[in-house]
Amino acid sequence: MKRFAQFWWDFIVGDDWRVAAGVALALGVTAILAAADVPAWWVLPLAVAGVLWFSLRSVARR
Amino acid sequence: MESVEALTIVLAMGITRGWRSALTGAGVAALALAAIIASLGPALTVIPIEVLRLVVGALLLVFGLQWLRKAILRASGWRATRDEDSAFEREAAAGRAAAPEMRAGLDWYGFTVSFKGVLLEGLEVAFIVLTFGSTQGSIPLAAAGAAAAVVLVVAAGIVVRGPLSRVPENTLAFAVGVLLTTFGTFWGAEGAGANWPGDDAALPGVLGFVLLMSLGYVTALRRRRSLVPA
Repeated sequence: MKRFAQFWWDFIVGDDWRVAAGVALALGVTAILAAADVPAWWVLPLAVAGVLWFSLRSVARR
Repeated sequence: MESVEALTIVLAMGITRGWRSALTGAGVAALALAAIIASLGPALTVIPIEVLRLVVGALLLVFGLQWLRKAILRASGWRATRDEDSAFEREAAAGRAAAPEMRAGLDWYGFTVSFKGVLLEGLEVAFIVLTFGSTQGSIPLAAAGAAAAVVLVVAAGIVVRGPLSRVPENTLAFAVGVLLTTFGTFWGAEGAGANWPGDDAALPGVLGFVLLMSLGYVTALRRRRSLVPA
């Protein structure tokens, strides 16, 4: 069971869990802004750029 | 790309453990993948499109960023590029060293390694087929595209009679990462309720943004790499 869960974690989340967490957070912020009738299309591209750079830098620092 | 990696494993098993077991393992895994697509496909079509786009967008975005992250790190020298020849040698050496064990008339090692290789490499392809196919309303067309890629790779493997070491894997991974991230961003935002300026016309803009961002990150990380003492 533990190996099964580990497989799906590795498959979906991958090497850096913060990327998946960042995507989830950005989708949440987009949904909140869109529900309040505020233009929200820019949130996800900005989050993608930020999350990816953050993740890449953590490897490039080692 | 996933087919190239699966082909390397099946070739190594076929040469070291026998073709019957290796091809049976690969065939059973291909049937399992087809069953996953056939069983999940109809279930996805009954989900409302907004929910589907949110879930599919989130999944594609997470997958896409994983691919892009790896491809950028490899392109900038922070991670070693995958070498199909050495992957083949590793698998073949393990195949030669493993003790023979016959089950159901098959060499069990060759069967299981081929089965696992094709199933695990193919699972991501199955997800991409399901996500792209369901949001565009044509899972069979997406599955046919994936099947065509597999046929092409297998045919190339038969012609070359070895691992496809000349396939520019990292360039392919980079392109796939850019596309998955683009569609993930576009559908994810739509699914969360956002409206893109110009609706579908915004898609090329998102693609351009992801591509330029990724190339910029490769350049920045290469520069950073050149400053690190070897």
